Amino acid sequence: MSSLNPSRTAASPRAWRELERASRRENWGRAWYKFSHNPLSVVGLITVATIVLLALLAPYVTPYPEHAGPFTDFQNAKQPPSLRHPFGTDVVGRDVFTRTVFGFRFSLTMGVVVLALVVPPGVLLGLLAGYYHGTWVDTLIMRVTDIFLAVPPLILALAIASVLEPNLFNSMLAVSLMWWPWYTRLVYGLTAQMRNEYFTVSAEIMGASRWHILFREILPNCVSPIFTKMSLDMGWVILIGASLSFVGLGVQPPKPGLGTMVANGARYLPDLWWIALFPALAIVVIVLGFNLLGDGLRDLFAAEEI
Amino acid sequence: MDRPTPLLQIHDLRLQYRVYGGALQVLDGVHLHVHVGEKVGLVGETGCGKTSTMKAVLRVLPMPPAQITGGSIRFKGQEILAMDPRTLQQVRGRGISMIFQDPTAALNPVFTVGQQLEAVLRSHWGRRADRGEIRAAALAALEEVALADPDRLLDAYPVQLSGGMRQRICIAMALATKPELLIADEPGTALDVTIQDQVLRLLHNLVEERNTSVILISHSLGIVRQLTDRVYVMYAGTMVESAPTRKLFTHPGHPYTQQLMEVVPRLSGGGIAPGIPGRIPDYLDPPTGCRFHPRCPHAMEICRREKPPAFSLDQDHQVACFLYDPAQGSPAP
Amino acid sequence: MATILEYRNLKKHFTVGYRDLRRRRPITVKAVDGVSFHIQEGETVGLVGESGSGKSTVAYTTVGMYAPTAGRIEYRGESIYRNGRRPAHLKKEIQIVFQDPGSSLNPRHTVKQILELPLRIHRPEVGNRLEETARLLEMVELPLEYLYKYPRALSGGERQIVAVARALAAEPSVILLDEPTSALDVSVQGKVIHLLLRLQRELHLSYLFITHDLSLMRNVADRVAIMYLGKICEIAPTQEFFQAPQHPYTQMLLSAIPVISEEEERLKPEKIVPTGEIPSPVNVPPGCSFHLRCPYRMEICAQVDPEMIQLTPGHFVRCHLYPDGPPTLESANGDRHGTDQGHVPEPRGHRGL
Repeated sequence: MSSLNPSRTAASPRAWRELERASRRENWGRAWYKFSHNPLSVVGLITVATIVLLALLAPYVTPYPEHAGPFTDFQNAKQPPSLRHPFGTDVVGRDVFTRTVFGFRFSLTMGVVVLALVVPPGVLLGLLAGYYHGTWVDTLIMRVTDIFLAVPPLILALAIASVLEPNLFNSMLAVSLMWWPWYTRLVYGLTAQMRNEYFTVSAEIMGASRWHILFREILPNCVSPIFTKMSLDMGWVILIGASLSFVGLGVQPPKPGLGTMVANGARYLPDLWWIALFPALAIVVIVLGFNLLGDGLRDLFAAEEI
Repeated sequence: MDRPTPLLQIHDLRLQYRVYGGALQVLDGVHLHVHVGEKVGLVGETGCGKTSTMKAVLRVLPMPPAQITGGSIRFKGQEILAMDPRTLQQVRGRGISMIFQDPTAALNPVFTVGQQLEAVLRSHWGRRADRGEIRAAALAALEEVALADPDRLLDAYPVQLSGGMRQRICIAMALATKPELLIADEPGTALDVTIQDQVLRLLHNLVEERNTSVILISHSLGIVRQLTDRVYVMYAGTMVESAPTRKLFTHPGHPYTQQLMEVVPRLSGGGIAPGIPGRIPDYLDPPTGCRFHPRCPHAMEICRREKPPAFSLDQDHQVACFLYDPAQGSPAP
Repeated sequence: MATILEYRNLKKHFTVGYRDLRRRRPITVKAVDGVSFHIQEGETVGLVGESGSGKSTVAYTTVGMYAPTAGRIEYRGESIYRNGRRPAHLKKEIQIVFQDPGSSLNPRHTVKQILELPLRIHRPEVGNRLEETARLLEMVELPLEYLYKYPRALSGGERQIVAVARALAAEPSVILLDEPTSALDVSVQGKVIHLLLRLQRELHLSYLFITHDLSLMRNVADRVAIMYLGKICEIAPTQEFFQAPQHPYTQMLLSAIPVISEEEERLKPEKIVPTGEIPSPVNVPPGCSFHLRCPYRMEICAQVDPEMIQLTPGHFVRCHLYPDGPPTLESANGDRHGTDQGHVPEPRGHRGL
């Protein structure tokens, strides 16, 4: 392939770009091969992608988008699953399928917002503590982390949600407060180990700045484990969010939170089983999807060479 | 040749690994045999298939992605590739044992030396041995590898020992079951040269005493020259040459072997050869014909087309190279 | 020729733990304990030793991974450490290539990114970095498409060549080579060594070549120094070193090398058979640290650490077998704060407090 081998003198920017693109394609191809080797990872990816799409396009793909809010239609209430209402209708006649799809929106928002709040400070603190391993910076950061880890997560969330107003935002805040230490711990371990790798030492000897070493040498090597953990955590955060909603501290009715729907539907078990069952299944599917995806990512990053 | 059936005979072994973009043709028709009491060296560079061959013999390759696509491996006339797990376990224990390159990784850090050694002996003897007997045998095994104070060593954990001592313990464990064939994969490579020298001399004396057959895998020509009777040279998954050790080092036949000898730095000086031009072939798409032809200074037309069979230079000196084909008529370099 | 790098009684001690709970009696490893030698411009000095000899510590101290405990390292007469820090221009002049090319290149950086770092730090005047990285690749004879490859896509030898190119990018005058080929196959080693020698000629570089491979040093070094447990035993011009090795440890090392021809076999001093283990650097034997393994040991060896003496011009050896400049007790203890080494080494625990 002569186009891939520009001589130095005749190197046009286009040839260089072409070269860069070719090696990037190769890297993606290799990654996809490893990922797709485990069919479950692909199932996870498809599940997550479908749910995200459904949530994004909820007003267009659901048959009764108006049922997502305060809506009543007592004539059609308590109907079992049928072609018109695939998941049946609830006690005030709202389509459970529509509400479940809108429920995904809250769950995903919860996951995304919590991770967005948690990952940057968690990672930054972990990098600092790991880089200054063995100094007072390390001690301070890691002891604070330990304190946060020692508080039982659900109890902290309950406390915050009950002191403040119980709503989605406050429950996200609560979950975030107890979640960041896990990222600090993860990155701390990786950084402390990476700090002694010869490539970091090399950069240090060369005279590179601390900023360069932390963010250019060490951080890129932590990205894969961080992404893996984020994917696994999406599932957990959603589960905790649903639990908080279930006990009334999360999404408030009439908004369709999955946990809220299960809680309300549980009162009509076992006769009106569909009202609780389908949102519950939805929680299972979304959590499982993110976990499978996370496992796939872990496989992808685990063995570099194949 | 009217010699008895070899202890181990590998015939036309083919092995591939499934990976991104296809299958790596890791072994392409490997032949090898070891007679009783013979010490055979297997030389080649990283990734030439030395260790894969031996893993195939012990059937410890991860399958998939590995896949044996042809050939046979016979131990005392029995086909290893077709063995049921029980027979295989017996062969692995009493027939063939192995010493690994890294003695640290080969010993379990959470058990004492004695526990590990006794476990090997117990699985070898079965139920009929009592504890005292096993302990005595373990002590004897440690004494044989010239370790001082074996009583105390039995209760030591691997981390408490030096690299040389660990390597000696690995040798003791490998020989404790009195195997007929010992496969030593780069023994002592991880050790310092003065320690390595002691360990290798010990190993040599032990196998000599017991008339154990040995396959010594190494990338170091010097070590192979010291310890073996006969040498196989591998290149990129093919066996390129086999000859008695002395003959191989004085009259290497294959162009690869010749170049390999040239690039080894000599204690007698003379500078460093610039290495072998080119690089190890891509196993996804290995060269046609002779796998060495793209790097060979004597490459001919036929080398591109056909895989060279083993030509005999002598009764015991085989070279897989068309330079030695009587039909080609060209004199050997 | 001018001296470019000079080591004057370099010491590097590490505290690895304490013998008591109150941290009063530190356990010290004397990784480097009084090393003096020099490197001339354009020269290759081979520093040979087994594990624990401190040969890598000498290099790491030179590039600033640790500050020396005592002694000086001078680059063209200028001390490398000023108040425990290295001046920026010395970070540029002295580069290092590590043993394991797998770990010394960041797996998440392309070759281009790897080569750009020294350019950005030490040669900000270079306008077109892409051109310059391409020139560096050409200099080490790697194809240009390697610029966008990640280290894992390269073979071991190619990775090491990229590490060499990174060292060159700073335009240094001294490169410390820490076992640069010991992880490579011999056929690849030849290629890397040839490249290093050519670069040395073209760019007038000085090398400190750290290795355990004496056969390699026979063919590469101008002078060879042998280290054992933190001290140099023998140092000599290569030719003389291999023809007339004087220190018993050198002879033991030489006789342990596996060789591949009769000619080499004849060069080995047959008499010394390697025995014994290398002592732990935490418990260095008193007197000459080699005396426990030495076949020629005398009474004095267990008590007095021998002084380095010059046998012939440029050939130094540190052994009681060569009493040309007989070491008196005073001179042997000269740099030991007057501690009497003839007795039990107990008082050493208090040193350095």
